[in-house]
Amino acid sequence: MNRDEVIDFIHDEAWMLDEGQYHDWLNLWLPNAVYWMPLNWNQQDPVNETSLLHEDNFMLRLRIERLHGARTFSQKPKSRCHHVLNRPRILELTEDSARVATKMHYVETRLDEQQLLALTVTHDLKATPEGIRIAGKRVDILNCDAAFGNIQLLP
Amino acid sequence: MTEADLKSRVDALIRPQQVHRDVYTSPEVYALEMRHLFRNVWVYIGHDSQTPNKGDYITAQIGDQPLLMVRHTDNEIHVLYNRCPHKGTKIVIDKAGNTGKFFRCPYHAWSFKTDGCLLAIPLKKGYEGTGLEETEASHGLAPVGAMMNYRGFIFARLAPEGIGFEEFFGDSLSSLDNMVDRSPEGKLTVAGAPLRYMHKCNWKMLVENQTDTCHPMVAHESSAGTAVKIWEEMEKPEGTPTPAAMEIIAPFMSPYEFFENMGIRTWPNGHGHTGVHHSIHSAYSDIPGYLDAMVAAYGEERANAILGENRHNTVYFPNIMIKGPIQQLRNFIPLGPDKTLVESWIFALDGAPSELTARTAMYNRMINAPTSMVGHDDLEMYERAQEGLMADGLEWVNIQRLYEDGEDFSEEAVLNGTTERQMRNQFDAWKRFMIGGAA
Ligand code: FES
Ligand SMILES: [Fe+2]
Repeated sequence: MNRDEVIDFIHDEAWMLDEGQYHDWLNLWLPNAVYWMPLNWNQQDPVNETSLLHEDNFMLRLRIERLHGARTFSQKPKSRCHHVLNRPRILELTEDSARVATKMHYVETRLDEQQLLALTVTHDLKATPEGIRIAGKRVDILNCDAAFGNIQLLP
Repeated sequence: MTEADLKSRVDALIRPQQVHRDVYTSPEVYALEMRHLFRNVWVYIGHDSQTPNKGDYITAQIGDQPLLMVRHTDNEIHVLYNRCPHKGTKIVIDKAGNTGKFFRCPYHAWSFKTDGCLLAIPLKKGYEGTGLEETEASHGLAPVGAMMNYRGFIFARLAPEGIGFEEFFGDSLSSLDNMVDRSPEGKLTVAGAPLRYMHKCNWKMLVENQTDTCHPMVAHESSAGTAVKIWEEMEKPEGTPTPAAMEIIAPFMSPYEFFENMGIRTWPNGHGHTGVHHSIHSAYSDIPGYLDAMVAAYGEERANAILGENRHNTVYFPNIMIKGPIQQLRNFIPLGPDKTLVESWIFALDGAPSELTARTAMYNRMINAPTSMVGHDDLEMYERAQEGLMADGLEWVNIQRLYEDGEDFSEEAVLNGTTERQMRNQFDAWKRFMIGGAA
């Protein structure tokens, strides 16, 4: 794994989410990886406290399938989203793994409403014969302890 | 508004089988609720484990009234108005903190003991001979009308006179008891921060939804139904255990019959619960070590009786719901006629394995988070209803499923689990406590 590959990967992942290429996106994940979105700034415990999201492969798959369901009322009409990335900051880099933190602005819209979230996204990546894969992802929302309405897609 | 005017305004809104849409949409009715209903009843403030040490405080509210809850030097909890008696500044504004032995107002440094009493005023001689002791300011931070610490759960009533705590809640306290008894030590501790979920709808829509057993299989088909489908289609080795997430979400797809048979119980004063005989929480798998700890604490018979209760949602009128079997509390905080903040709290059972807390944390984030697939569809329904109610073609909201002539809400009743009697029970209490609580 080199620096450029890692940075391209981070950008490609966000691009897939914005384009709604969810099945390709899910293929980027290792089977035991977890997507974690803490409820509190500097939250350490994802298990015995509530989080906004702490989802394994099964839950992420459910989330994606649901978005396309015939009776998914909160997605009629559908939401759209948009990530703007700062330059990823490589925290660790070895031949077959990397840890990367990226500041992002995330915009989600539906009907006449639009919301903006400021994120710090930390990726744990692993090299596999099929390419780079996600071993874990933590998304810290700047105002994670604020009261939100629906956040329906994936920041 | 005279008492007679208030009574006729309120009476005109509630019929036995339907309620006028103004109870959800009218700013005038909302203002009356803040002024009367929320003043006359017992409202949940917080849990004593949020303020474990002397000087610990949290900010809270009853209706639109800013309050604080604090642990005094004698270890007792006090609930006070969060308003400096000098010029009105809020004394504290963070969600939680520790103030030490006294509060000090940040504006002109008047200070108060943690029971609210005025402690000191800088340059006090400026008040000599001015008659300060005759003003309300000299009494310090004002206390609420009454408060109660029931097994760690703090409730308060704003009105100095009114219905007593025991009389208001009566036998409905059995649900809170069951939640606390599930700890081998008889004690709960708040686990982490609450989810905070903003809803552009009236607070009562959320409370009514807690005993609405005809919506899960419809509104939540997209999440629960899809989960069941994915799990069935998934290639997995024989005997693969059902994941915890499936145990939580699959029961939402239970057929009508399941919800009919589970039963609803209503108590006087607007309280009630679903899941008299079984509930969506009944079939959770055992967590090793828990039953042993319960039997050691209570003996086998009592432990089995405690764990045999599987009440689903218990509504404590006016605005909280608890889930005893998983130690969750949801607070439906009114912020306007069409704005409600929902706080969803979870508790750890002292002396029980932490896996129970982990399951509850999973439930909370899967079902009640702003990022939750289940919550998304609920919120969508409430907000559509709030907008739909503006239609002038119809004026009434229907709550008559399984209505019976001559329903008497002063009696406890157990009925078919799809009845809307609990919604009618809430409006019976609403009507009475809007005008002071008299029968
Ligand atoms: S407003 Fe509090 S001391 Fe003046
Ligand atoms: Fe629901």
